[in-house]
Amino acid sequence: MTSLPTTTEKKLGLVIDLDICVGCHACAVNCKEWNTSGHSAPLTDKDPYGGDPAGVWFNRIHTFEVREENSNGRTVHFPKSCLHCEAAPCVTVCPTGASYKREEDGIVLVNADTCIGCKLCSWACPYGAREYDDSAGVMKKCTLCIDKIYNETLRPESRVPACVSTCPAGARHFGDLGDPDSEVSKLSAARGGYALMPEQDCKPVNRYLPPRPRKKEAADIGASAEVRAKDGNLEGAGLLARLVDRVLSR
Amino acid sequence: MHPAKSVIFFTTASGAGYGLLIWFALFGLLNRMPLDRDFALVVLGVAFTLVTAGLLSSTAHLGHPERAWRALSQWKTSWLSREGVAAILAYLPMFAYGYIWFMGIQDRNLVAVVAGASIVLSLVTVYCTAMIYASLKTIRAWHNGYTVGGYLIFSLMTGAVLLTFFAHLRQYDMRDEVSAAALLTLGVGLFLKQFYWRFLQTASSPSDIGTATGLGGPGKTTLLEGPHTESNYLMDEMGFRIARKHADKLRVYASMLGFVLPIVLIVMAVFLGGWVEILCTLFAVAFCAVGILLERWLFFAEARHVVTLYYGAARA
Ligand code: SF4
Ligand code: SF4
Ligand code: SF4
Repeated sequence: MTSLPTTTEKKLGLVIDLDICVGCHACAVNCKEWNTSGHSAPLTDKDPYGGDPAGVWFNRIHTFEVREENSNGRTVHFPKSCLHCEAAPCVTVCPTGASYKREEDGIVLVNADTCIGCKLCSWACPYGAREYDDSAGVMKKCTLCIDKIYNETLRPESRVPACVSTCPAGARHFGDLGDPDSEVSKLSAARGGYALMPEQDCKPVNRYLPPRPRKKEAADIGASAEVRAKDGNLEGAGLLARLVDRVLSR
Repeated sequence: MHPAKSVIFFTTASGAGYGLLIWFALFGLLNRMPLDRDFALVVLGVAFTLVTAGLLSSTAHLGHPERAWRALSQWKTSWLSREGVAAILAYLPMFAYGYIWFMGIQDRNLVAVVAGASIVLSLVTVYCTAMIYASLKTIRAWHNGYTVGGYLIFSLMTGAVLLTFFAHLRQYDMRDEVSAAALLTLGVGLFLKQFYWRFLQTASSPSDIGTATGLGGPGKTTLLEGPHTESNYLMDEMGFRIARKHADKLRVYASMLGFVLPIVLIVMAVFLGGWVEILCTLFAVAFCAVGILLERWLFFAEARHVVTLYYGAARA
């Protein structure tokens, strides 16, 4: 049914750390790898080795440049997948009931057997998280790796989304954002995690952790006193360094 | 937004069909319909054909047209579903109306009920179509009052222009009244569209690159590198852009063909009479059809989706 559940028992989602994402695209690749044989398989590619390749991806990494005062621009890598919104408009617009939000964990899914491929859900999603599979004629999207996180044949530590387990920088975290005491909720609270486009009123579950303020002083990144001394900062420098500095500064 | 031919044809054709049915029923209610069975059946047949061709073409862009019936199930939340249900319901009075004329039934009360139901259900269907677009918060160009106003008035307008042609073709008494209805709706439609285009100049989504990324507003944050070198579904479907200068030209063409020329031609028809009036109203129909197709193409092509913020747009 495309009526949204009033509440969900859990709010499973991702917390993505923009401070440490290095933009390696490993999460997107492993997402593709896992899901092309998972719940919404296959993640079709068209003309993959030709001149005009196109394909279905549930996760994409955009890279932004952010201008800051008194500093050069800063590069921020920005992975984006479905945010498993609480007030998901992609679900309510669906005429067939193929799109639904699970009451038990809040995951938003598409039933490929009933989807008519009208594409309306992709128009309703502000985040570009819906992917039309031309060859199957149905809509597909991030499943939060439903076939991995509940997969009892996997070791418990592997029961996290493919994008989370593969991230070499540890920039992606998975958990219940509905539980204020969960690791992800605490992490998000501590780091000022935020929702994307709150004004679209979709109430996304996923949170993004902002890049930490740029460190401008050598000491901020743990430089030793000697290194700092070379930088003209004599605080904590040795006697000899102070003497040399005085002589040379004359 | 990518202007898909099937959806453009669907919304314009079914809109004109419902509009024609509405005016036909309204003149029937007012007892201004000539007692001419062939005329009535032709008009109803044209309305039916337009509506049906439109609905069929709307299923053409589906990934699974054979499952289209499933779209009738979610009327509780989905405007697309409501539209499907309303469209099917609207067929009932349409068929009943045809039956009444075919059998020559003259029961005024029965005609009133059937005509009333035709009008209400046609309006409801067009309203639902408009709401599919108007309810999408992601697209500022659609998420406003002009969408519903436009769909309703353009439906009535194209229907009235069509009925004007038929009325003049058979030289019926009511042709001046029908012409007046066409002129009125053409005028209102023309103004509405100009106001809409003025609105589009300043309208902007509350979302911008700042809210989309949380990193800083326009000017501060820019896309450095997209996720991939090639295009993708989202960029093709949602990222369609039309050059400003082309849009300006097309707006003028749409206004001229869709509204101004039909107004001039119908006024000429009213005053000239004879075979000229038939020719004038026929051309009015032809120009109006091309103009409204252009109008609808622009409705899609000029609409910007907030997802483009992730692909380099600063504002949406
Ligand atoms: S991110 Fe888009 S697809 Fe995912 S739940 Fe929200 S609106 Fe739906
Ligand atoms: S494309 Fe499929 S899932 Fe999306 S709204 Fe249409 S029927 Fe529902
Ligand atoms: S949760 Fe799974 S499906 Fe979703 S982006 Fe991560 S790997 Fe892909």
